[in-house]
Amino acid sequence: MMNKLIFGRYIPGDSVIHRMDPRAKLLLSFYFIGIIFIANNWATYVLLFAFTLLAIKLSGVKWSFFINGVKPLIWLILFTVILQVLFSASGGTVYFKWGIITISQLGLVNGVYIFCRFVLIIFMSTLLTLTTPPLELSDAIEYILMPLKVVHFPVYEVALMLSIALRFVPTLMDETEKIMNAQRARGVDFGEGNIFQQMRAIVPLLIPLFVSSFNRAEDLATAMEARGYQGGEGRSKYRILKWQARDTWATLAFAVLTVALVGLRLYV
Amino acid sequence: MAIDFKQVGFTYQPGTPFATQALTDINVTIPDGSYTALIGHTGSGKSTLLQHLNALLKPTTGTVTIGDRVITPETSNKDLKALRQHVGIVFQFPESQLFEETVAKDIAFGPQNFGASEADALKTAADMLALVGLDAELLDRSPFDLSGGQMRRVAIAGVLAMAPQVLVLDEPTAGLDPQGRLEMMEMFAKLRHERELTVVLVTHQMDDVANYADHVIVMDQGKIAKTGTPQEIFQDPQWLAEHHLGLPKTTAFAQQLMAKGIQFDQLPLTEDQLAQALAHQLGGATQ
Repeated sequence: MMNKLIFGRYIPGDSVIHRMDPRAKLLLSFYFIGIIFIANNWATYVLLFAFTLLAIKLSGVKWSFFINGVKPLIWLILFTVILQVLFSASGGTVYFKWGIITISQLGLVNGVYIFCRFVLIIFMSTLLTLTTPPLELSDAIEYILMPLKVVHFPVYEVALMLSIALRFVPTLMDETEKIMNAQRARGVDFGEGNIFQQMRAIVPLLIPLFVSSFNRAEDLATAMEARGYQGGEGRSKYRILKWQARDTWATLAFAVLTVALVGLRLYV
Repeated sequence: MAIDFKQVGFTYQPGTPFATQALTDINVTIPDGSYTALIGHTGSGKSTLLQHLNALLKPTTGTVTIGDRVITPETSNKDLKALRQHVGIVFQFPESQLFEETVAKDIAFGPQNFGASEADALKTAADMLALVGLDAELLDRSPFDLSGGQMRRVAIAGVLAMAPQVLVLDEPTAGLDPQGRLEMMEMFAKLRHERELTVVLVTHQMDDVANYADHVIVMDQGKIAKTGTPQEIFQDPQWLAEHHLGLPKTTAFAQQLMAKGIQFDQLPLTEDQLAQALAHQLGGATQ
């Protein structure tokens, strides 16, 4: 069921992208999503696609992973694109008009652009999660949140919660699967019948999951205290993030990309 | 109810980059009324095989015949319920499946799903609780107030309440104290005789295999490595070691005796057999 979801998984590897600093990867991915909106003509989109495909190539991850990453979201994307095509204001040649539905050249072009944006965003964020272990990501988020300490934001605690949450996602998924199977063996039909029957069928899954989470939390807290955990302040770090030359190069590449995008937007 | 596997293969997440083959070309029969032990190294595919026994998983190739139902890769997920009533599975750490407000309701949950009336199901619940050796006063308690061992028994009672013809046990005694383990294994043996059940036991405890099972299936890397009686399986300690399996304590001890020059016609599996063989050697009377 959930196993089909590629989005958000990590594939171990040893490429340039894998070895990049997670802070650089996280920030640059966000930055990339920001600069996608600079693009407004075909030349800019071609440039963005070329850049993304180059990044994917560098990561050495198979193309099929990215295609699979888009698949679960394809209906959402098509829905948005179709809305855009059918209801956008007329501009350029109008091909078809019926009531409020207008298919125009501008609408079609906008539809294609939106499709490209979705695909680019999904490709880049899939690239981020496929090449970065979840724990490194949470380290990166901790680092990026650090300035918020000035306003007494509990950065360490949030980072701890984040890394524990990430660590337990697969464990909880396994547990869910196990309890579902156990209840199925006792005659529960998941995903069958009308909406109320379906909701009722979830109860024998949810309650054991919550109970086991409570138990797990208690055990984990005890184990952490027994190992001398007293709070985030004043701890040293085992995993130390290191900004390296390749991260600077990557940042430069993004800077060049931005300049090129702005240039293409203005002059093409 | 016999369960028959014909050229069964199973792949997790087929068609994705994460596809992993868990079972390859499984051909094996679990005879009606047998006490079958399923053993093998961790990750050998035991649990995957086990979920085929009541069609929680469907084979990706081949067929599984459960009683008179044939499960193929194309079998639809509808109307498998009847099948699941006949094959009760007690999963590892079954206490994590408890959810109802009271013990009675939790045990009655299974039968009610299969169409029993509430009154009947609650009556069955009371019987089942006695059967697994718990006090009737626990019926109205919350399952979450019980001790770990009691919760395990309630969960097992919940499976037995469906009156299955095949009882599948996935390491039912993991994490229990020795007394609890013995009681539980004796309970299953008793149940098997009283209700003429077919029992499938997945375990790492070779002593339990030697003491209770009459048919053993050894799995290795998703394949059937060997099938036979416990006697046959445990005659070849070398082969077992190659497949990362141990011997029952008695057999291991007998082997040490052999190294010191005592001869056995056949390696003994249980304490009784060993005692008999030794008494015989010393010239004593055998029963």
